[in-house]
Amino acid sequence: MTDTTWIDLALVSARPQAMGALLRYFRNLDTAEEAFQEACIRALKAWPKSGPPRDPAAWLIFVGRNSGIDKVRRQSRETALPPEELLSDLEDQESDLADRLDGSHYRDDILKLLFVCSNPVLPATQQIALALRIVSGLTVKQIARAFLVGEAAMEQRITRAKARVAAAGIEFETPDAADRSERLAAVATMIYLVFNEGYSAMNGPDSVSADLCEEAIRLARLLLRLFPSEPEMMGLTALLLLQHSRSRARFDADGGIILLDDQDRSLWKKPLTTEALAMIDKAVRHRQPGPYQIQAAIAALHARATRPEETDWEEIDLLYQALERLQPSPVITLNRAVAVSKRDGPEAALALIEPLAEKLASYFYFHGLKGALLKQAGRVREARVAFDRAIALATNAAEASHIRMQLDHLCKDECDKDLAKEKR
Amino acid sequence: MLYAVFCYNQEDVTANWSKEEDDKVMRDLAAVQRKYGDAGKLGPVARLLPTTAATTLRHSPSETVVIDGPFAETKEQLLGFYVVDCASLDEALDFARELSAANPATGSYEIRPLAIYKPSELPA
Repeated sequence: MTDTTWIDLALVSARPQAMGALLRYFRNLDTAEEAFQEACIRALKAWPKSGPPRDPAAWLIFVGRNSGIDKVRRQSRETALPPEELLSDLEDQESDLADRLDGSHYRDDILKLLFVCSNPVLPATQQIALALRIVSGLTVKQIARAFLVGEAAMEQRITRAKARVAAAGIEFETPDAADRSERLAAVATMIYLVFNEGYSAMNGPDSVSADLCEEAIRLARLLLRLFPSEPEMMGLTALLLLQHSRSRARFDADGGIILLDDQDRSLWKKPLTTEALAMIDKAVRHRQPGPYQIQAAIAALHARATRPEETDWEEIDLLYQALERLQPSPVITLNRAVAVSKRDGPEAALALIEPLAEKLASYFYFHGLKGALLKQAGRVREARVAFDRAIALATNAAEASHIRMQLDHLCKDECDKDLAKEKR
Repeated sequence: MLYAVFCYNQEDVTANWSKEEDDKVMRDLAAVQRKYGDAGKLGPVARLLPTTAATTLRHSPSETVVIDGPFAETKEQLLGFYVVDCASLDEALDFARELSAANPATGSYEIRPLAIYKPSELPA
């Protein structure tokens, strides 16, 4: 590690807590962000000489708050009357700061910071971008790269998100238990969105999009450290770890998708699965099942099978049924169909997904799975129709090329059959 | 004399190491371990999973409670440790319960899964 790496790491680690506290003082995202930036600049100057402060977050909050106050003062002198009641609230002494930094306070600060970015008024893409900017501190350039869009477009997206959040107003009261669990749920969804953005944009194990997956895991772990007894947070963390553990096995050399059954399971990252399984064990003891825990349990059953044949499809089917009861959705039924096909064959699975045809008419995976099931059932011509439809709906090159491969197999099977006929 | 050496670090920071940084630290640590291992001086080595994977069993003469998260009571000191192979958290908790029943002092058993375990190079 180079000499200043420790400073960068300390700044990254302290960011959520410091930004959370600064947002509480200034009640404005931009002011908080500028104050934090200013504190970081001063840290980069001071820390190499003085060494790391005992509590980097407290240092950054104190320095950031003072520089922010200066700025607010200057601006208010230039514009209207100073908002006295706001400033007097800000002029607390350092001793008070230590008090404010006690566990519960900063816990709610960080949750607030995350919740601001998870505000349901924001569309998913804006939630993700804002969280990566505000909470994770990624640069606009880094975020743009991960989203595969231009920097200017990303800048605009983040600015819009901030404006929307400001217009919606930020609730600054300390949340009660009900509010807190509502916020946790919204934040969990946002973290999952961040992960999925990275997961679905990946086209190889080293793709930049993998950074988003890792960032989501970091946020999930952060939240779990703050709320160690929330079984759904354990479930979410476990789910992300399990999905990410397969990143090295998900792609072939050309960036093509390798399905779960065909993956080299020795490439699954063992430490991540171990951690996830430990987390699921902890969650189960609470006996409060939730969607993330169930999805994690399903992923765990795959992780526990050293070979695809050892997968407990019966249990997976039951878990999907439980998930359907908790949050009925055609996509969940579609996933369950895979388990059903493994246990009862393709025709049973086709019967299960038939009623979904209308709702999922424009869903890539519906046609992809339907094609695969039809192919398995030997209904080649219908399979081709389904695959053609899937290709038309594919959202990225990897999806399309996967289906094309299926079509190639289909051709090969047909040709083989024709050949067999000719021989006869 | 056998010594146990415990590693204390800020998890907020270590959790933020990139894969490359973590790999580098692990390689550098392994070099030190190898030196003492080759000399036949090194006992078992373990890296623990993050504290988020921890469960703590607190016991007093009157009751035993299971808490999510790591042990966090500054009044108490670390006096010993076990490595035990269990099929599940429940089994590990049973082990800790039996220990606590055999131990009259009030205290805690933190149950933390291992990420890495290298057996001892010391003679038994």
